[in-house]
Amino acid sequence: MESLSHAFDIDGRTVPVLADVSLDVAEGEFLAIVGPSGCGKSTLLNIVSGLFPPTTGRVTVDGAPVEGINPRIGYMFARDALLPWRTSLANVAFGPELAGEPADRREAKARDLLRLTGLAGFEGSYPSQLSQGMRQRVSLARTLARNPDILLMDEPFGALDAQTKLVLEEEFLRIWERDRKTVIFVTHDLFEAIAMADRVAVFSARPGRIKSLVALDLPRPRSVTAGRFGPRFQDLYDRLWDDLRYEVVAAG
Amino acid sequence: MSPVSVAAEAGAIEARARHRKRARRQEQSRTNLWRLGVLVAFAGAWEGATRGGLINPFWVSNPSLIAADLWKAFTSGSVFLHIGVTLYEAFLGFVTGAVAGILSGFALARWDRLSRVLDPYVTALNSLPRVALAPLFILWFGIGVTSKVILAFSLVVFILLVNTYAGAKNVDQDLVIISRLLGANRRQLTAKVILPSSIPWIFAGLRLGLAYALIGAVVGEVIVAQAGLGFLISHSAGVFNTTGVFSALIILMVIAMLLNELMKATERKLLRWRPQIPGI
Repeated sequence: MESLSHAFDIDGRTVPVLADVSLDVAEGEFLAIVGPSGCGKSTLLNIVSGLFPPTTGRVTVDGAPVEGINPRIGYMFARDALLPWRTSLANVAFGPELAGEPADRREAKARDLLRLTGLAGFEGSYPSQLSQGMRQRVSLARTLARNPDILLMDEPFGALDAQTKLVLEEEFLRIWERDRKTVIFVTHDLFEAIAMADRVAVFSARPGRIKSLVALDLPRPRSVTAGRFGPRFQDLYDRLWDDLRYEVVAAG
Repeated sequence: MSPVSVAAEAGAIEARARHRKRARRQEQSRTNLWRLGVLVAFAGAWEGATRGGLINPFWVSNPSLIAADLWKAFTSGSVFLHIGVTLYEAFLGFVTGAVAGILSGFALARWDRLSRVLDPYVTALNSLPRVALAPLFILWFGIGVTSKVILAFSLVVFILLVNTYAGAKNVDQDLVIISRLLGANRRQLTAKVILPSSIPWIFAGLRLGLAYALIGAVVGEVIVAQAGLGFLISHSAGVFNTTGVFSALIILMVIAMLLNELMKATERKLLRWRPQIPGI
């Protein structure tokens, strides 16, 4: 993406949200974005997903500009946003169903994905019968079901309790390491960012700019929990937190 | 904790659950007993007051007279025509009104321009007490079944329109966005997201609409008709037959309650994905 800027009109006032953000994410890269609340991280993902165009600048995927919603880009929210009247299986099969895939194929695909996300046996459950963590697993499976090349994740584990979060992070890493899709992962959890990503972008307070971009030289495959107390992890954490703390304080 | 105490605790929990279940059942049967008591007391007081000469049964009838009248009406079969006519009118008005109301509710919800233009007219027609239209409908469509069907229709259609519109407008925006991101086009969005998420609203409307369809049919019959429970009521009242009025009222009450239960059962089946169905 190139020199992306965006402003929202709120009550007639123009509020700049993103200021001149340029980022290049390599294929197969896992990029984490951290920043203070309201710095435009989610707005950035909304623009990349094609939900709305930026005020200025442009987003390209493989050289082609993103104009409107693109099935090659999968997007997962902090809220599971599952269709409450559909079972897990039908929720995961929803994307393929919209694309017109035949019933038996999309169902087999959904079954595989539910197994992959650890939900075998819960195919017939409705979202209201599942825990938060399980719903987020269904949501992940649903995102993967359209087989996107790029995954946009907006604090996907942000609404979970600390233990469930660790388990899901671990499993997501395992799934990601199988096929290494390009990931842009927004979080406000610096631990999460360092434990999972190849690079971390620290955003400034609003309007969001990229304050620093740090490549993490931690080995893979990783464990979310095991590396957490090593010296290198600690160095990276200190450095990123220095940048981030300043912005968080600035954001009030 | 030793395994023994764990097992003991599990046993205790089960026993407590059993106890709670039994207590609930007992509470339910106590409630039923009290309900029956209220009915018996009411009917007894009514019967007693009319037999004791406190009130003249000519004006208020009494339970034994009504029971005898109902018995005669059902054994002779004379009442079935009237029940059939009223149900037929209410049913036709309900179905046509519901279909038209749901379709137009969706149309208004999905086409902003249409709803902006028509909004004042919908509000105006909806504010009009539509039973006031009954004389006009009878003038236009005659004293037969048609005018009652139209009256029931006019009551039902707006209830469903308003409810469907509200349901379609109250869709969780997250669901709409995620569905669009998953590739839903406008038609798929309507059919697979907005329609199912409006179902609880539509059902609330259908339940209300069913009651109003019956009201439409009966009010139309009371004004002028050749058959139907409303006709029975106004005809009986016209010849000072209060027992006949009460018999017809009781039949209407039972029909309305049965229809409502039928609707609730259908709703439970269709909305089994909901954690619980709130209220009523």
